Amino acid sequence: MATYALMRSSLGLLHGLKCSFKSVGQIPYGAAAGAITQAKGLQNARCYSVNHLSVQERIEKKRKAALTGGGQLRIAAQHKRGKLTARERLELLLDPDSFVEYDMFVEHRCSDFGMEADHNKYPGDSVVTGQGRINGRLVYVFSQDFTVFGGSLSGAHAQKVCKVMDQAMMVGAPVIGLNDSGGARIQEGVESLAGYADIFLRNVMASGVVPQISLIMGPCAGGAVYSPALTDFTFMVKDTSYLFITGPDVVKSVTNEDVTQEELGGAKTHTTVSGVAHRAFENDVDALLNLRDFFNFLPLSNKDPAPVTECHDPRDRPVPGLDTIVPFESTKAYDMLDIVHGIVDEREFFEIMPNYAKNIVVGFARMNGRTVGIVGNQPKVASGCLDVNSSVKGARFVRFCDAFNIPIITFVDVPGFLPGTAQEYGGIIRHGAKLLYAFAEATVPKITVITRKAYGGAYDVMSSKHLRGDVNYAWPSAEVAVMGAKGAVQIIFRGKENQAEAEAEYVEKFANPFPAAVRGFVDDIIQPSTTRKRLCRDLEVLASKKQTNPWKKHANIPFTGP
Amino acid sequence: MAAYRNTPGFQRVLHAVKHVCFSKQRCGVIICRYSTVYDPNEKVSLIIRVIKTCKKMGIKTVAVHSDVDSSAVHVKVADEAVCVGPAPTSKSYLNMDAIMNAIKQTGAQAVHPGYGFLSENKEFAKRLAAEGVTFIGPDTHAIQAMGDKIESKLIAKAAKVNTIPGFDGVVKDAEEAVKIAGEIGYPVMIKASAGGGGKGMRIAWNDEETREGFRFSSQEALSSFGDDRLLIEKFIDNPRHIEIQVLADKHGDALWLNERECSIQRRNQKVVEEAPSTFLDPDTRRAMGEQAVSLANAVKYSSAGTVEFLVDSKKNFYFLEMNTRLQVEHPITECITGLDLVQQMIRIAKGYKLQHKQSDIPINGWAVESRVYAEDPYKSFGLPSIGRLSQYQEPLDLPNVRVDSGIQEGSDISIYYDPMISKLVTYGKTREEALKKMEDALDNYVIRGVTHNIPLLREIIVHPRFVSGDISTKFLPEVYPDGFKGHMLTAGERRELLATAAALYVAAQLRSQKFLGDLRVSVVPAESRQWELCVELDKGVHMLGVSRSGNNYTVEIDGEKVEVSGEWNLASALLPITINGKHRTLQCLLRTAAGEISLQYLGTSFKLRVLSNLAASLSKHMPEKVPEDTSSILRSPMPGSVVAVSVKPGDNVAEGQEICVIEAMKMQNSMTAAKTAKVKSVHCKAGDTVGEGDLLVELE
Repeated sequence: MATYALMRSSLGLLHGLKCSFKSVGQIPYGAAAGAITQAKGLQNARCYSVNHLSVQERIEKKRKAALTGGGQLRIAAQHKRGKLTARERLELLLDPDSFVEYDMFVEHRCSDFGMEADHNKYPGDSVVTGQGRINGRLVYVFSQDFTVFGGSLSGAHAQKVCKVMDQAMMVGAPVIGLNDSGGARIQEGVESLAGYADIFLRNVMASGVVPQISLIMGPCAGGAVYSPALTDFTFMVKDTSYLFITGPDVVKSVTNEDVTQEELGGAKTHTTVSGVAHRAFENDVDALLNLRDFFNFLPLSNKDPAPVTECHDPRDRPVPGLDTIVPFESTKAYDMLDIVHGIVDEREFFEIMPNYAKNIVVGFARMNGRTVGIVGNQPKVASGCLDVNSSVKGARFVRFCDAFNIPIITFVDVPGFLPGTAQEYGGIIRHGAKLLYAFAEATVPKITVITRKAYGGAYDVMSSKHLRGDVNYAWPSAEVAVMGAKGAVQIIFRGKENQAEAEAEYVEKFANPFPAAVRGFVDDIIQPSTTRKRLCRDLEVLASKKQTNPWKKHANIPFTGP
Repeated sequence: MAAYRNTPGFQRVLHAVKHVCFSKQRCGVIICRYSTVYDPNEKVSLIIRVIKTCKKMGIKTVAVHSDVDSSAVHVKVADEAVCVGPAPTSKSYLNMDAIMNAIKQTGAQAVHPGYGFLSENKEFAKRLAAEGVTFIGPDTHAIQAMGDKIESKLIAKAAKVNTIPGFDGVVKDAEEAVKIAGEIGYPVMIKASAGGGGKGMRIAWNDEETREGFRFSSQEALSSFGDDRLLIEKFIDNPRHIEIQVLADKHGDALWLNERECSIQRRNQKVVEEAPSTFLDPDTRRAMGEQAVSLANAVKYSSAGTVEFLVDSKKNFYFLEMNTRLQVEHPITECITGLDLVQQMIRIAKGYKLQHKQSDIPINGWAVESRVYAEDPYKSFGLPSIGRLSQYQEPLDLPNVRVDSGIQEGSDISIYYDPMISKLVTYGKTREEALKKMEDALDNYVIRGVTHNIPLLREIIVHPRFVSGDISTKFLPEVYPDGFKGHMLTAGERRELLATAAALYVAAQLRSQKFLGDLRVSVVPAESRQWELCVELDKGVHMLGVSRSGNNYTVEIDGEKVEVSGEWNLASALLPITINGKHRTLQCLLRTAAGEISLQYLGTSFKLRVLSNLAASLSKHMPEKVPEDTSSILRSPMPGSVVAVSVKPGDNVAEGQEICVIEAMKMQNSMTAAKTAKVKSVHCKAGDTVGEGDLLVELE
């Protein structure tokens, strides 16, 4: 074994030597010279290294090289673009002195197109990997280094990433990827593609086992985009990050569309139009500091409970403002975020996808220190109805919470699913089913508060009692019914002269929480100002909830996308 | 209520309760609420005020309300509530039949008519009388007489009340002008009758200046207006607005309950009031009081009323107008006299004689009132702001503080409502004590969700001119000629603020490392006793060193040490802390993951950014975000409605040309072009409701 290692190391050294000769370049009979050196080298391998550079010195030298990545010039260029280097990012993301680096000596193995040249070898290659702590909690990280070959993905790069992912899964700790990469290492060809696939596979295997977060801090194009897409959360940095399958030039040549990088795959596009990214931050520093904050909400793995932090907000704090928040006219809008902010600890709500499908609000908060997932219909936007985008947004969030033991609190004010050809053609049926599916299969504590409308099928979908809601409350303003009074009356009393009277009768009968309460479909009708107190108490009780679904290889959620 | 007990004046009120005369069987007083689109919170707060006194007197109250107001505060605090109809005021609050029905239904014996239409309606008064129901408030004829500016002046003159002397007509020559001026008494103001406002106004302090003023003004009157009439009027220099509270019964007796100084005003609306005035001596006070009483007698006034005067620097005073309702600033009179004015009004309405003699009316201590408005004091001393009161906490746990308000946490402040949030009253044995109390009260007042004027109030009450009593109705424009800019930090205050932000940051950082419960993987907090921080404030960057022991933080700023200690309840809106041994209450308005911290300190909110040295040093690489070119974009400076839009896309506009008019709170604001350009797009039309910062018009 020892011999083998020695052989390897001396061979590696030889390799380096060969390269350096080559790079010096124009030696005639280059190949022959190389062969001779190789022979000599083999004879003198040991003493050579001892004589010229001690192992210690070489270690130092390599480490130093690894720490400077692509060199000062490229670092300066990176800064000039308004971006930090891979290492600066990690330094900011992790607790001081907590970073433990892996594979600092790994180099790429490509020998084509002059890549084997010494000046083309960078210790650590184009990614920095390792583990560290965020507020004391373990996390595995990789940070792509744009200063080395534009952060492109080589076989070695992928191997490094896979190593931390494997260990993260073994230990049970989240993986955070800081993406800043030009794409595949073209010189390596299929090896690079293989590397992507190796990462994708691990993304899939880790999905639901440990939280995976991608922070896009530069370009991320082509196949590379699928790694962030497979992770649980994708965040972006405004103005300096892009995600797209093909860049503007290819788009122009194929579809003849003129589009800028920013329009095609900038933070604004992905957080408002496509829904690919979950949130965008102002710049690198802002993004990393926010990521630290966000990390505190997450459990380390699916074997850990939702984290509980020290909380100064009294668990039984009354929220008087909630008693008047729901307007008397049931057609008048209010802001669901006001309810969320009022109820959660310290008004702190980390909203996910705040600018996409705004008719549903999802995000993380804490109740008496414990992380909870919040889902709420937003009456302010499209009356809070469910449509294709909001269903998918909600479903994905609910499934994350369920996978990672985060209790779900659902605030319901939903007039139904959005009608129309656009929605039907868009597949509202199968997309709506996703949200239904997600709520139904979730086994984490589920608490539901109906603040106003809970109409039709959307009532069932929104974490209703029938989908194993653990505690379902109604506010006095709740109306649980098949539909609004006007529509219902037109059907029940078709042709009847006095529609107004019929409507009044319907309102009296159904536009209140009683029909649901007398059937036990809501557990209690509560004073809105007491909601926080009730929810905190319920969450304590439900903390020991145990529920399992029947064994299956995996479920078959109605997945097919448009 | 606690505040009532703590104020010495109010204790007597409690004793007086025994003399109440209404039967306690069912309901005593019905409280109507006048409401139109302008549905002033101010008035709701007065209604609540009335209900409070009724409760103390053992009188049950009934609130009438419309459908939409069923959860309003006044409805909640009343013993009973009757819905008098749907939202439109003509069908509810102004529906006399519905209100008469409510009276019959509840058996109410008296009606407090609220303020506005029904309170001045003779028909309503007649119908009440026919039913034998007592009407609480002055007689309608007194209201009408005093409501008319010209008639009230004539009545005042007849009652030998000082009115502003003046002459309006053709003045033959300069000598006649001097004669008139002599009769009026210097200084006088001379201007053309036809010229509006202060245009062409000249002030003369002696005969020579009068002659000159006559020459200029008469020339101008002819040339500019073709009308040679001149107005010569007493000029009131450094005018102060001082008013006398009167109380008159139905038996011809009347009292004056001392004065209130209301000189701190903006746009003729009072901002800070106090009682008594620092300016009046006992003789002037008596003279003003006696004139006020004689005016009340002249109109056979019964109930509480206010006679407003302008007082010049020589303590000459002149009648302005009489207010026939309970005024917003009445609590300060209650504080110093110990009388409950609402109780007195109820007694008077019932026909009782006044309980007190003039000699019984004391001046006990000092009271100050701040009007807390939902408005942005940085824009013309206060442009209305709107929003939902997401957090609201009155400083009622402080002794000698009284808050009269009609709102609660969760209330909406909209463009349709009066922007007054509350009246904050503090009381002390001396003026100094009352003002100190006001500082504390303002620091402890939590208002979130709307922009409020606490920064301005907090600055006024500590301003040297105000503290010395050197004030006039021109105080604000004189003290802040370029507009109010918030508190200007001294070097020491700046250090305090920086140190607090740094300590708060460290406390929050430490807490974010505390995880409770059993954890599978151990938490290894970064052990740090010393933090190197970089704090940004107003573009100034400071390097700070923070060390901690327990709840005490030592912050080193530029070689100076600041000790900060406190409980650091990060959930609380208030931060009661000790800085270098001094107790201070700050408020944390914002704290983000990216190190932004907003603190309300000495009333003003300051934005800071606290970063670790590492984050700060890396921040210098971050790209500058290019700010929007504001010269080509016109945004609404406040929430309001668009009255008119004077341009359309493609129009050429000149710099300063009016583009549109925004109305908020009865105020019209003309929006003008910041540069000469072509109009690119118009994003609003007349009648639109716009929010603050909404895009109105874009220029090319």
